[in-house]
Amino acid sequence: MPMASVTERGLVGASDRPVAELGAQEPMDNSVLGLWVWLSAEALFFASLIGVYFLLHTDTNHGLTPQTAFDLPLTFVGTIILLSSSMTMALGYNQMRRGNVVGLRRWLVATAFLGLAFLAFQAKEFTGFYSRGLTLSSSPFGSSFFTLTGFHGLHVLFGVFWLLSLLAYTYKPTFMQEAKTKVQVLGLYWHFVDVVWVVIFTFVYLMGKVG
Amino acid sequence: MASISGTANLPRTGEATAYRGLMAWLTVVDHKRIGQLYLMSGLLFFLVGGVEAFIMRLQLMHPNGHVVSAAVFNELFTMHGTTMIFLAVMPLSIGFINAIVPLQIGARDVAFPRLNALSFWLFLGGGLLLNSSWFLGGTPNAGWFNYTPISGAQFSPGLGVDFYDIGLQIAGIGTLISGINFLVTIVNMRAPGMTWFRLPMFTWTTFVTMILVLFAFPPLTVNLFLQTFERLFHAEYFNVAAGGSPLLWANLFWIFGHPEVYILILPAFGIISEVIPTFSRKPLFGYVSMVLATLAIGFLSFMVWVHHMFTLGYGPWVNSIFALTSMLIAVPTGVKVFNWLSTMWGGQLRFTTAMLWAVGFLFTFVLGGMSGVMLAVAPADLQLNNSYFVVAHFHYVLIGGSLFALLAGLYYWFPKITGRMLNERLGRWNFWLMFIGFNVTFFPMHFLGLEGMPRRIFTYSPGFGFTFWNEVATFGVFILASGVLLLVMNVVRSVAAGERASADPWDARGLEWSISSPAPAYNFAKIPLVRGYDPLWVEKMHGDGRMIPAPQAPGAHHGPLGMVHMPKPTIVPLLVALTLVAAGYGFIFNQLWLEVLALLLLGVALHRSMFEVDPGEYVRVRPEDEEAMSAHG
Repeated sequence: MPMASVTERGLVGASDRPVAELGAQEPMDNSVLGLWVWLSAEALFFASLIGVYFLLHTDTNHGLTPQTAFDLPLTFVGTIILLSSSMTMALGYNQMRRGNVVGLRRWLVATAFLGLAFLAFQAKEFTGFYSRGLTLSSSPFGSSFFTLTGFHGLHVLFGVFWLLSLLAYTYKPTFMQEAKTKVQVLGLYWHFVDVVWVVIFTFVYLMGKVG
Repeated sequence: MASISGTANLPRTGEATAYRGLMAWLTVVDHKRIGQLYLMSGLLFFLVGGVEAFIMRLQLMHPNGHVVSAAVFNELFTMHGTTMIFLAVMPLSIGFINAIVPLQIGARDVAFPRLNALSFWLFLGGGLLLNSSWFLGGTPNAGWFNYTPISGAQFSPGLGVDFYDIGLQIAGIGTLISGINFLVTIVNMRAPGMTWFRLPMFTWTTFVTMILVLFAFPPLTVNLFLQTFERLFHAEYFNVAAGGSPLLWANLFWIFGHPEVYILILPAFGIISEVIPTFSRKPLFGYVSMVLATLAIGFLSFMVWVHHMFTLGYGPWVNSIFALTSMLIAVPTGVKVFNWLSTMWGGQLRFTTAMLWAVGFLFTFVLGGMSGVMLAVAPADLQLNNSYFVVAHFHYVLIGGSLFALLAGLYYWFPKITGRMLNERLGRWNFWLMFIGFNVTFFPMHFLGLEGMPRRIFTYSPGFGFTFWNEVATFGVFILASGVLLLVMNVVRSVAAGERASADPWDARGLEWSISSPAPAYNFAKIPLVRGYDPLWVEKMHGDGRMIPAPQAPGAHHGPLGMVHMPKPTIVPLLVALTLVAAGYGFIFNQLWLEVLALLLLGVALHRSMFEVDPGEYVRVRPEDEEAMSAHG
């Protein structure tokens, strides 16, 4: 077999270079890369919802406005709770890396609990708005506000489902062999949902309050 | 088509052992068979959309036509557009992507085989849900881009628009998952030596298409959610009286919709870039400029959406900017056309049916591109907008562009997908009837548009001067339809009794032609080593014409000798898709119990499957597949 000459696009022979240099570099795990790709689509999803909110939030239909509606201390506590859940998630990942499945379970429970606590604060906020007449159908402000924060809440809820589902799965005997990717992708998702909330808190609540 | 779904076409050994017959299809995870499912469903939806178009042309053949009522006509043009774009051209593209891309990059399957099955079932479920509207009281009738306020509860009180919103939502989730799957597949699963600048053009255009899917579908998802909430839960986004903005729908729709038309055409460019070099016996001219042009088109496709809305009154500045960006797209597209022509220049041309379609594509697509540049001129568009000129333009790029290229791909890759050749004689008749019929149908629409005939009118008066060209157009449809019938005949006959295909019937250049036709379940007995661009051609010129197995990476997982580890078939993706379709019906018909039940079942299915590690199964390698690879290496 003639060993190939190097052509314009680098024709190389089988024995010229190790496989690693032929484009087969250690790739990112499929699931982790897939999750990053999915999150980039999620970013566009929330960007669209935030755009809709920016366009419509001044149309209040003579009802509550961002300034009059938002209860910053309440939302601030919820924000702190959600942010600390990112910390507990990271601590859980750490326990997993040390091979401590009991520690991992503990932090998964803590993260799920904090997620639920955030949702409880959001439910309290939403019921307060409804009792004061700000609803999904009261005005474009209400509609776009509830769509944006509601979809974020649904993402937190799905994250809690994911956390508890993974918690049940940790009791499988072979779990620790598969744990790295499974905890890593969940962690990525959870941190992403947190980051989205930071954006929402800043641009919807803080900027809304200053008008 | 029935015999494709029989077991006759399964690879002779080494197929999934768990299921046979229908269950083998319901539990399918093999990318090649998912590709076949996409192609079959896409072809069926194409025929449905074609019948809808045929009825519309009968109605418009003469002034004051009485074939259908105005209301039915509205439903026909809405469903025709929606079906052709979302349920015919896109699935046909995704069918070829599934069937061919893993073969082109030397992979054994996609990155996520079970998600791939879920994508297909969601597309099929969404498409069937949308089309079930014909029988369930209310068909979408507000046009394929479904503008507010006409699609709102006030002017579209029936269920039709709900079917549109929820059907497209479900199908769209499937497409988005495909996008993630193929991006990861192309990044991670290339064979050793398959570097970025050795990727076949079809794989490159798939890569850019899937980036567009990833960024274009989320705005559509949001838009469909907003409209669903407005119609079902009385939210206010688009209603002017309540302070909402109907332009919000139009903008979000076209932020999705313009990249969408490139999602429809880029895979077609990829197919043409595979067919022309093979039948010219030359490498693709200007490969790097082709890649850069594809990236440029993908990038620009997000910058032009306002050209669909020049008449909405954004003013001369906005319109000028978007007119310029729109015309700019003609530059990378022109680069591509000249590269294809230069590839043919001095080549040893063989005019097989696939090549006829490719050359036909060059001719009609350039015409469609020219009328596109005319429409990009904002002042001219103020006259042409919403006229038959626009109808002529987008049929030239969608049929003369996308569909002709897809048919080139069908004649080219059919042997690899089914193991049998399409009949070339029928193919030539098929090509010339459709090519002539298409031009006779759609070229007169340019004149009708310039004469002022608006699109979407259900009839016209004899005195308007539209009669002659409408008669010509409908005459053309009969030629076009007879061509389509020949196509169907050819496919059915060839699947059942076509000539058996060899591994490389066209003396082609890419990895997919280095393995038997149809490809075995594991694609490659051993992962091949790619030694250059057009890897099979490199081996034909510098080796013994067979691919060299890649050296095993150190620490690679070794199974039993002579066996390949493949994903295991599962019914779970189908069940997950069914719960979403059931929930969709629950929302359309406002049945709370169905919504709750379906979403609970979805939760159970996810909980039971989302962490499950696919144990896979071992498939025995056939001796002839071992022999198809070079002993060297």
